Amino acid sequence: MHEGNSLKPAPQTHFMNRLLLYLELVRMEFVNNLAYRASYFTGIFNYSIQIGAYFFLWDAVYSGQRVIGGLNKEEMLTYVIVAWVVRSFYFSNLDRRVGTDIRDGKIALELIRPYSYQMVKFARAFGEAIFRMIFFALPAGIFIYLIRPFGLPPGWHNTLVFLISLLGSFVIYAQVSMLAGFVVFFTKSPSGVYKAKRVVMDLFSGLLLPISFYPDWAVKVIKLFPFQTVSYMPNLIYLGKISGAAAFNVIGLQWFWIAVLALFSALFWEFAVKHVVIQGG
Amino acid sequence: MALIEARGLTKEFRIFRRREGVLGAFKDLFHRNYRTLKAVDGIDFIVEKGEMVGYIGANGAGKSTTIKMLTGILVPTAGTMQVNGYVPYRDREVYTRGIGVVFGQRSQLWWDIAVIESFKLLRRIYDVSIDDFNWRLKRFNDILELDKLLYLPVRKLSLGQRMRCDLAAALIHNPAILFLDEPTIGLDVLAKSRIRDFLKEINREYRTTVILTTHDLGDIEALCPRVAIIDKGKMLYDGSVESLYSHWGQDKLEDIVKRIYQGHRPGSVKGVKKGGVGLA
Repeated sequence: MHEGNSLKPAPQTHFMNRLLLYLELVRMEFVNNLAYRASYFTGIFNYSIQIGAYFFLWDAVYSGQRVIGGLNKEEMLTYVIVAWVVRSFYFSNLDRRVGTDIRDGKIALELIRPYSYQMVKFARAFGEAIFRMIFFALPAGIFIYLIRPFGLPPGWHNTLVFLISLLGSFVIYAQVSMLAGFVVFFTKSPSGVYKAKRVVMDLFSGLLLPISFYPDWAVKVIKLFPFQTVSYMPNLIYLGKISGAAAFNVIGLQWFWIAVLALFSALFWEFAVKHVVIQGG
Repeated sequence: MALIEARGLTKEFRIFRRREGVLGAFKDLFHRNYRTLKAVDGIDFIVEKGEMVGYIGANGAGKSTTIKMLTGILVPTAGTMQVNGYVPYRDREVYTRGIGVVFGQRSQLWWDIAVIESFKLLRRIYDVSIDDFNWRLKRFNDILELDKLLYLPVRKLSLGQRMRCDLAAALIHNPAILFLDEPTIGLDVLAKSRIRDFLKEINREYRTTVILTTHDLGDIEALCPRVAIIDKGKMLYDGSVESLYSHWGQDKLEDIVKRIYQGHRPGSVKGVKKGGVGLA
C-alpha cells in the first residue's frame, strides 16, 4: 500500500490549517443559513415590533422633558434603533446550542475530534452573524431610516470605531453565551440558564435602558462586568458621546474582557470535561 | 509496547437517588443521596496493532463506557492507559487525530448538508492532503458504493446508507485505530454483510486495528478472531473465539454467550489469562 497509518501534521502548517478550518466553518454556516432564510422573516417581524414599541415608549417618556440620563429625545430614539439593529448582528444562541450538545450527549462526538470545541462553535456562530448582518441588520437599518430618519455618527472616525466595536460585542456576547451553556454540565436542566443569560445581557448591556439611567450604585456594579461594552458603549460611540481616544479605550476594554472571559471559559471547560458524564449510550 | 494498553481501568459514576413524593423532593433540596456505580471495574485490556477485537456484554455491562474512556471522552476514575502512544483524555486533541470512531446510534455527519461537504470538512479537520483524500474516497467508493449518496443531505439517507457514509467518514484520515460502537445496529442482512466486508478489507489493507462492540454475534464470527466479554464492569473472558468453542463444546456462539451472561462459568475458562493471545 502506498501509505501507512500516519498522524501528526508538520507543525508549521498546523496553525494555517486550523485557520482554514475555522474559515471553512464560517462559510459553511453562512451557506447553511442561506438555505433556511425563511425562518428569518419571522425574526424581522419580531424586531420591527420591538423597535416600534420602544420607539413609542421613549417618545412618550420624553414628552415635556428635554434631557434624561445625558440623552435628548432624538438621541434616545436613535439609541433604541441602533441598539436593536446592531443586536441582530451580535446576538447568538450559543448557550442553547452548547446546552443541547451537552444534554443530548452530542458533546461526545465533538470530543473525538482534534479541534477546539469552543473555536468551532464561535466560528459557526460568526458565520451566522455575518449572514444576519447582510440579510437582516443592514436592510432593517436602511428600511427604518427611510420611514423615520435617525441620527448618523458625527464623523468617519466614530463610524469606524463603532464598526470595530461591533466585533467585540459579538465575541463578548458569544463568550457569555458559551459560559451559560457550560452551566448545563452541572444543572442538567437548561431552560432557566438560557433565560437568565438573556435577561442579564439585555438589561446590563444597555439594550433595554442606557446605563446612565440606572441609579449610581447600580452603575458602579455594572462597571465591574463586561456587559456594558456589548451595547451601551458602542451606542455612545455611534452617538458621538464617546469620541477620540476614549472611543479607542472602549475597544481596549472590550478586548481586556475578551481575554478574561477566554481564560474563564478555558478553565471552566477543562474542569467540566474532566467531570463530564455523557448522557445516553 | 502494545498499541492499546489499559491496566486496572475503572470508571465510577455517582448516581443521585431521588426520594419519592413531594416531601422527598423537598428533602432532596437539602440532602442528596448518592450511590456509586462501578460501570467499569478494574479491567486490563491489551491490543496489538492490526488486531480485530470484538467487545461484547449485556446492556449496561460497561462496553460503551470502556470505549468512551479509550477514545478520550471520559476520564477514568482509576487505572492507567496508553493508546497509540498517548493518554487519551489528557492528549485528546493530538490523540484523536490517530483514531476513527463510529457510534451506531448517532451519525457524526452534519445533518443538513450533503455528505460530500461533511467529508470535505473532515479533510480540513484532519489535515488530509487532497491526493490522499481523493484516493481514499475512490477506494471506499469501490467497496461501499457511495457515489449516489455523496450529494444527498444525511437526513435523506436510510440507516444502512448512513452507516456506510459514517464508516467512510471515520476512515478518511486513515486512523491507526477504529472504534465501532454497535456499527450494525438496525441494519438488514445485506447492509451488514457489506459493512463486514468493508471492515475486513480495511483491516487487511491498512492493518487498521478495530475494536468493535456489538450485540450481533454474527459480527464477531465474521470479523473477530478475538473476543472480550465484559459483565457488570468486570472482564469475564478475553481470548480467542476458537478457545471459547473448545471450552464450551460445539455449541453455537450465541448459546455460549447467553450462558456466560447468565452467570455460568466452566472451570477451565476461569484460568484464561487476560491480556490476549497474540493474534496479529
